[in-house]
Amino acid sequence: MSRLELKNLNKTFTPKVIPVKDISLSVEDGDVLSLLGPSGCGKSTILRMIAGLEQPTRGQVLIGDRDVTFKRPGDRNIAMVFQSYALYPHLNVRENLRAGLKLKKVPTDEIEKRIAEVSHILGLDDLMQRKPGQLSGGQRQRVAVGRALVRRSDVFLLDEPLSNLDALLREHVRADLKQIFSTQKAPVVYVTHDQTEAMTLSTQVAVLNNGYLQQLDAPERIYDRPANQFVAGFVGSPQMNLLTLPCQGNDALLGDCKLRLPDLPTVPPQIVFGVRPEHLHRAETDNAATLKGKVFLVENLGMHNLVSFKVPNAQGDPIVLRSLLPPELWLNRELAFTIPPDEIHWFDVESGDSLVRRS
Amino acid sequence: MAATIDSNRTTKTRVPDRRQSLSVGKILFWMAVVAIAIFCLAPMLWQVLTSFKVNEDIAAVPNVYFPTRLTLNHYIELFSRRPFMRYILNSAIVSLISTIACLTIGSPAAYALARLRPFGGQIAQAAILLITLFPGILLLQGLLEIVQFFHLGNNYLALIIPYTAINLPLTILVMRSFFEQLPKDLEDAAKVDGYSIWQMLIQIVMPLTLPALVTTGILTFIFAWNEYIFALTFLTEESMKTIPVASAQIGGSSVFEIPYGPIAAATVIGTIPLVILVLFFQRQIVQGLTAGAVKG
Repeated sequence: MSRLELKNLNKTFTPKVIPVKDISLSVEDGDVLSLLGPSGCGKSTILRMIAGLEQPTRGQVLIGDRDVTFKRPGDRNIAMVFQSYALYPHLNVRENLRAGLKLKKVPTDEIEKRIAEVSHILGLDDLMQRKPGQLSGGQRQRVAVGRALVRRSDVFLLDEPLSNLDALLREHVRADLKQIFSTQKAPVVYVTHDQTEAMTLSTQVAVLNNGYLQQLDAPERIYDRPANQFVAGFVGSPQMNLLTLPCQGNDALLGDCKLRLPDLPTVPPQIVFGVRPEHLHRAETDNAATLKGKVFLVENLGMHNLVSFKVPNAQGDPIVLRSLLPPELWLNRELAFTIPPDEIHWFDVESGDSLVRRS
Repeated sequence: MAATIDSNRTTKTRVPDRRQSLSVGKILFWMAVVAIAIFCLAPMLWQVLTSFKVNEDIAAVPNVYFPTRLTLNHYIELFSRRPFMRYILNSAIVSLISTIACLTIGSPAAYALARLRPFGGQIAQAAILLITLFPGILLLQGLLEIVQFFHLGNNYLALIIPYTAINLPLTILVMRSFFEQLPKDLEDAAKVDGYSIWQMLIQIVMPLTLPALVTTGILTFIFAWNEYIFALTFLTEESMKTIPVASAQIGGSSVFEIPYGPIAAATVIGTIPLVILVLFFQRQIVQGLTAGAVKG
């Protein structure tokens, strides 16, 4: 039974460079946690602190209730897959897989058994005698995963393992990784800046920004119920429409369209409104609750067209919104949209926090 | 029909033209190759040929460039009249130990400069670079005093220590740039795998730096093997002399006779170990010199 827990983790390089400010989270057995965030959000630093390659300035790292904060990486019983794979270039694939086990003084027949098992799962049987230099990118990636798997460690760490693969291969390997994760029980921490990877692979996603945890939740909840404006804008492609709107009475004003505000203790003068492009549908009937605008840009995404349209605004510049529509000739057409009230997200202007706490 | 014949003819006349212009370029290229080879190798070749010439041919006017009568007498003389094996051994001991010392002291220093980035590392690096600009001959006087003070005269250490010191900056600079282009992830992976620092350095980092170690090692070895002034000054006992000193001190039977033959033979014998060394490690040297040039 192993469980990874981070308590108030902080890493301060210099007073101005603080990649990780205060992170607390835990990953249970069988969980796959993605650390998702833009570059420089501290996700790799967190992973390196879990691995023991960086010392946290404050806070604790616990693996299965052991405090490993000051233990060396080799004593933590972790396995890690590096972005560059970091295979030992002078050793062949078999020796690469064996290196860590030999150091741990695992008996030889046990080593051979584990290598055979892993190489079967990953299809490495024909590559055993090759050196990393003679392997393709995808093969190297598999060897790197294999080297981590044979360790049967308490925690499994991956640092952007797919970012050096081409798009097609990435999709394949992503699916393979998902299967591999499900066959083993150790908690997995997976660092990525790619939201698709985070959404598809993990059972929990931790969205990070600026060294703080923004939201820790299941992938679908991250998508459906973003806790704040940052998460709403970062997760989802194409990006959510986010607009700062003035409030009047119990409504927010989006051009001519009045949007009913949720129940709030006090109505603020302004509010941030968010709706995903895929939730903006074309209106069937023309009434006051519809949003009318003129299409000025169409981007073809294959399955859908991403349509940008301008809504006239009495208070100032026209408001730009984007919607996903089936492919058609949309350009320069006047369209009317309805906004399903359930799909609207409201955020506080100051804090960016979600104003609707729906369970 | 006529048109096809015409076109055939034109292609026929064109092809030899192009071949000819190509061959002119080739001839020039090979001439340049031969010229450079002669320029570099002629002195060596002259020594080799002289060492096999009989004495009359050496002294003959006009010069005998390519001898018809060959002899091994000069070599036999070299080993029978003087303890030349002893000189080779002396040179080998001094060069080998100073090379090993240089690599074992210099590599960890270079690793520390490249990876640990100590406070003042930049300054240390600049200082190291400065030392390489310093002409070694200026050190002779001071070193002599030191050698006397420590009673190191006629001791191998009197050469081993200065050679090591003089070659350390080169070793550190070359090894540092090599360590810097080694991916850091590799060392992190080794740490995660459970290697201790020393295990990591010896089992993972060392095999990867082998080309650089060999290259700097050979440069160090050649310097120590060929060094003359220090060897002449610090070692005066006959049985301690190194090859360059011994070769220079080969004398004739009278003041008026210069023994060109034995000197040439000594030069050849002194060079052969270096040639063998370089040929043996050729692949590593090329790798070491071009390391980091192309991402691999």
